[in-house]
Amino acid sequence: MTARRISGSGASLSFSFDGRPLQGRAGDTIASALLASGVRIVGRGFKYHRPRGIYGHWTEEPNALVDVTRDGRTTPNLRATTEWLTEGMIVRSVNAAPTAETDRSRYLDRFARFIPAGFYYKTFLWPDWHRFEPSIRAMAGLGRLDPDHEPPADAAPVNARCDILVVGAGPAGLAAALAASRAGRSVMLVDDRPEPGGSLLWNETEVDGVGGAEWAGAVARELRDRGQRVLPDTTAFGVFDHNLVALWERRHDQPDRQWRVRAKTVVVAAGSIERPLVFPDNDRPGVMSAEAALVYLKLHGVLVGERIVLAANNDRALAAAEPLRAAGAAVTVADLREGPVIDGVHGASGVEAVTISGRRMEADCLLVSGGFTPTVHLFCQAKGRLRYDDRIAAFVPGEPLPGMAVAGAANGAFSLQEALDQGHAAGGGNGVAPRAAASGAPLSIKPAWPRPGSKGRQWIDFQNDVTVKDVELAARENFRSVEHLKRYTTLGMATDQGKTSNMNGLAAMAAITGRTIEATGTTTYRPPFVPVPFTVIAGRRRGELFNPVRRLVLEAEHRAAGAVFREYGGWLRPAWYGPGSAFEATLREAKQARETVAIFDGSPLGKIEVMGPQATDLVDYNSYNTLSTLKPGRFRYGFMLTESGVVYDDGVTARIADDHYLVSCSSGHVPGVMARLEEWRQDRFDPAKIAIHNSTAGLATLTATGPRSRRLLEALALGVDLSDEALPHMAFADGVFDGATARIARVSFTGDRSYEITVPASKAPALFAAMVEAGRPLDAFPMGSEALLLLRAEKGFLIAGKDTDGTTMPHDLGVRGPRDRRAGEYVGKRSLFTDDAMRDDRQQLVGLSVEGETPLPTGAHAVDRIEGRRRSIGFVTSSYWSPTLGRPIALALIRRGLGRIGETIELVHLGRPLKASVTPPCALDPEGARLNA
Amino acid sequence: MSGRYSAFALLREGLRGHTGWKPAWRMAEPKKEYDVVIVGGGGHGLATAYYLAKNHGIRNVAVIEKSWLGGGNTGRNTTTIRSNYFYPESVALYDFALKLYEGLGRELNYNIMFSQRGVVTVAHSDAEMEIAARIVNAMQINGADAELLGPGEVFERIPLANAGPKARYPVFGGVWQGRAGVARHDAVAWGYARAADGFGVDIVQDCEVEGFLVENGRCAGVETSKGTIRAGAMALAVAGHSSVLAAKAGFDLPIRSYSLQAMVSEPVKPCLDTVVLYLGTGTYLFQSDKGEIVVGGGIDRVPSYAQRGNPPAQQTIISGMLEMFPSFGQLKMLRQWAGNVDVVPDSSPIIGPSPLPGLYLNCGWGTGGFKSIPAGGWLTAHLIAKGDHHEISRPFDLDRFATGRLIDEAAGSGIAH
Amino acid sequence: MQLFPCPFCGPRDETEFHFGGEAGKVRPEPAGEVSPAAWSRYLHRNANPRGATREIWVHLTCGEFFLMERDTVTHAVAASWSLRKEEP
Repeated sequence: MTARRISGSGASLSFSFDGRPLQGRAGDTIASALLASGVRIVGRGFKYHRPRGIYGHWTEEPNALVDVTRDGRTTPNLRATTEWLTEGMIVRSVNAAPTAETDRSRYLDRFARFIPAGFYYKTFLWPDWHRFEPSIRAMAGLGRLDPDHEPPADAAPVNARCDILVVGAGPAGLAAALAASRAGRSVMLVDDRPEPGGSLLWNETEVDGVGGAEWAGAVARELRDRGQRVLPDTTAFGVFDHNLVALWERRHDQPDRQWRVRAKTVVVAAGSIERPLVFPDNDRPGVMSAEAALVYLKLHGVLVGERIVLAANNDRALAAAEPLRAAGAAVTVADLREGPVIDGVHGASGVEAVTISGRRMEADCLLVSGGFTPTVHLFCQAKGRLRYDDRIAAFVPGEPLPGMAVAGAANGAFSLQEALDQGHAAGGGNGVAPRAAASGAPLSIKPAWPRPGSKGRQWIDFQNDVTVKDVELAARENFRSVEHLKRYTTLGMATDQGKTSNMNGLAAMAAITGRTIEATGTTTYRPPFVPVPFTVIAGRRRGELFNPVRRLVLEAEHRAAGAVFREYGGWLRPAWYGPGSAFEATLREAKQARETVAIFDGSPLGKIEVMGPQATDLVDYNSYNTLSTLKPGRFRYGFMLTESGVVYDDGVTARIADDHYLVSCSSGHVPGVMARLEEWRQDRFDPAKIAIHNSTAGLATLTATGPRSRRLLEALALGVDLSDEALPHMAFADGVFDGATARIARVSFTGDRSYEITVPASKAPALFAAMVEAGRPLDAFPMGSEALLLLRAEKGFLIAGKDTDGTTMPHDLGVRGPRDRRAGEYVGKRSLFTDDAMRDDRQQLVGLSVEGETPLPTGAHAVDRIEGRRRSIGFVTSSYWSPTLGRPIALALIRRGLGRIGETIELVHLGRPLKASVTPPCALDPEGARLNA
Repeated sequence: MSGRYSAFALLREGLRGHTGWKPAWRMAEPKKEYDVVIVGGGGHGLATAYYLAKNHGIRNVAVIEKSWLGGGNTGRNTTTIRSNYFYPESVALYDFALKLYEGLGRELNYNIMFSQRGVVTVAHSDAEMEIAARIVNAMQINGADAELLGPGEVFERIPLANAGPKARYPVFGGVWQGRAGVARHDAVAWGYARAADGFGVDIVQDCEVEGFLVENGRCAGVETSKGTIRAGAMALAVAGHSSVLAAKAGFDLPIRSYSLQAMVSEPVKPCLDTVVLYLGTGTYLFQSDKGEIVVGGGIDRVPSYAQRGNPPAQQTIISGMLEMFPSFGQLKMLRQWAGNVDVVPDSSPIIGPSPLPGLYLNCGWGTGGFKSIPAGGWLTAHLIAKGDHHEISRPFDLDRFATGRLIDEAAGSGIAH
Repeated sequence: MQLFPCPFCGPRDETEFHFGGEAGKVRPEPAGEVSPAAWSRYLHRNANPRGATREIWVHLTCGEFFLMERDTVTHAVAASWSLRKEEP
């Protein structure tokens, strides 16, 4: 093809293709710049590595995929026909080396006969597929990922709504948007090109007395003036439930972004795609869509050939002859409606001649059109059904869908006036539609579908290298359903998603199997309409924003105190403080906590208030342990179960007044506990008689724990009697700190005397400072979560989800009382009496002690042997070196564990055998004397 | 005629225009009566038919499929095959499947492209590494291959993984199962179909079940869009549609149907050599032989039979992938689809007799149906032929919901499978 | 992305809602008199219909549980109403 630039202005831009420096112009796509530069071979076929040229002009292009480097960053697999040229762009063909022109894998075409569709299912069986796979993988794939290019997450999606969303700013879409806007509706008009007009941009015509492109511009201006949204460079790529349309907006100086538009009505006016003709060697460079030739001429000033043969089966495509002649090309027309047949093209690396019905014609370009396929993707994604219209040889939308209208070429209306009328009606227009100068004659077409049994290699899917023979093979082997055809031959599964190939493929199958095209049917249309960058779909949801952590009010204070932060239950919390390894710091803190007093930030702990006349009934029902017998001013520890009887969470509940409870729960379980309380409040009790409030975020809790904790509290002078008589273990009292209520609770997660001070979050910094100050003479220090875990393990205090699993029931933890004796209903009760719950070999929480200095690895399994085979009987859930006891400690869930206390058991970790003896879970101070020390 | 597939057959057919290949299966129309009728022409149904014929000599069998064979979840999944499970019952089941997969291509004379490239499950904290150790030890004790990896070993396998200081989910290590991998999903269905057809099994497509024939309290056959078909025994292998057919047979199941989405990028040259799952994001991905990045994640949260894509889940899955592999932000989403998965409370399958005598169940595979196809077929065939469980399938009987003896992997390992 | 009508807040994106379960189940009590089969049925069995269904949902942002009738195939929503109101 000796394409050349014949007109146009635009600033000159330098770029390179496969290492060759070339010039293009502003306003060029990569494809138009390549054509203008006389480049014929732009890529290679996926499988046979045959040379390929530019076939289409927009999103349907099957051949011209390129890797593009801009500003040192490469993006693979861009479509040359939709990518705008920029200065200094480095463009490389994909799947070809060293260049598309000189590809060293081109020899593969000589073996084509041995590698038909699905050949890989029939071979590579010996010795093993995995042996062949690396070389097959290396040959597959198109572009190359740039490992150093990590696109940022910098484009937040936009949510929008409107009365009418019009997809496509061609004549039908413009008429729809105009009508809707004039009828007072809110309108969004989107089009994937930079300018409105669609086919008006390359077909010479008039609407309402002015040139088509001019009319399109005027309509867009009127819409904007009326405050309607007009989005150019924007592709509607998917329709989802309840008329949610996803858009991909390309912006010039800012990152691309996604729009999610909820529209009352979606008007699909997405036009149509010209189909290739199927004949021998129809994949040669220089064979091009007739419409594409017009687009390159009108939009880019590029004439695609000097001696052009135009072969088409419809009047719309044949009309391209005139403008091409006017631009100076010699055009020979083959009107396939009148019987001629394309026998083939000549020229291995590009069209040199064409033979039509036995007559050879010298040519540098063969323009083809097999008709037009309405772009019904969005209609079909919304589950619309198609019907086949014989008159235009195309599938068109059948029964209309609620909330969606299809207009113009997408609806099979190929005359301009028909498109304007349909658009006008779809937009709810009153009065007359815009008038076209041209007549409203419908498309005149005679089908030219692929013919089975014909000679030569005739391509249906250019990108995936699927030929008519492949379809015949699929039919012969009974892959006759269109879905089987697609999957077996990979027809339509390339990056163009079959925009040019699907119709020809199913028509070929229909012809082979003797069915109608309608009965053969189409494959499922799935989003996206075009490949959409992953960054556009992900939006800002990356890094910190992927799943944001919750942060403590006192984060800055903890950092100042040298905290190292880790995530616990969704919260970023101090893990330990100060220098040294995690191990050393944790031991240091845990040891000192047992000797002086530690200050611990317990703010994330859930604090859920349940109030009202039926509050007691609800908390009782929610809890494994009876709470109605609790006295006001006191706490009780207990479990919440799931309805399956499994321990969901543990924690203490305070009775603040007769009808007022404070339920505490693990920080990660707050939403879950809120949800279950609300569920039962609304679905079991009288919701007017219970109120539930989550106070977690508004309050901060600082805990002083250790033998000197009471002295620290005394120094704070909160106005509360701290004597053990007035404030015993599991009691609370309200004091005052800095003018605000400070609830002082004697609950202990360490086994030592402890005081939790809960104040409004705004008072937390002052309280923390006061505690540090008051603690100075007591050797007080801030303690992180790791040391707390160690202290809990020393006492055998479990962590729900760590020392229990999703099968652990309360009686597995030695808490049998309510199960054995409690009369009323509570969540999970019935499940505590299933066959499985009654088994005597359930896993139970126990302690493990080992000889020597090395703690057991957490995650090690205990094993026994049945008929010589090793079997797991449980696993270590927590394991530490205890600085206070001077020996390792561990907790484990062991089958029949409570019955094995005193026994030695075998364990294994990563193949290494270990031994331990089973003990009660509590390793330190089993009598609880330290609580009051 | 070329019956048997081989490189030689391919050469020979290449020289004569591939005109000698036989149909992979017959386009069968149903007979009036069969010894066994299996509802569902996906992997499990076809494998059941194959093993009935091969292991038990029962060849008077029909598989009826309402649409085209392999068109359900078999053709819509992310093709991962692994047995990195926690409970011995689960490992026994999934490792049995994995072992059968290892020889399946040659056994069926159909290249299913089982690529044992390994699966790495990445942990992001010390606490998750403890769970990872718990799982690795369990797998090793139960006889499945597993290794506990440190961060360096993880990055060796996935060099493009996010190592940046701002990674939301840093790499602390992971669980490695080297025998795990991926296979070509359609080929599994086609391979079983072709082999079953070779034994004389009738595969009847476009045949929808309208009701069940019940005589003397026993399932005696099925009413279909292609007429009544009598059967000595029947099995259901219809995944997300199990509840619909169970309702026709007069019972209900502990199943809820959800959409499970997956998507692929455009093909690029090799850049990811294993299957990767991040515990933090719940996203898993691998690169297909064709070069596409295949990516999936959790199920949609709304019970549904719609089998369509949904932006919230897509965004979660894709943003999860970019968090794991930031350079994949260069790529584009090419195609997206959804399956209809049958989710059971404990996320373990149901294999066993149904409440209607003569009708057997193979369902509840949820998101894990593909990896278990050979085992599901083998065990269901055993159940039908012997009238009783194989020892591997017994724990998966429907009765576990009454005894409470669930096999809940998420409960035991802390990781949802 | 479906739109669900919260009876209290109006139509909102599905991500604001959580599925509660199929409507019409009654928790069998007292525990001591409930057979294993009855308990299993309550805990685990679902009609899981293909088509019209009636379910309990909760709107997480306002915390209210409500009933909704919808279609599991087309995703058309027929109606929603408060747990404490008669069906419309």
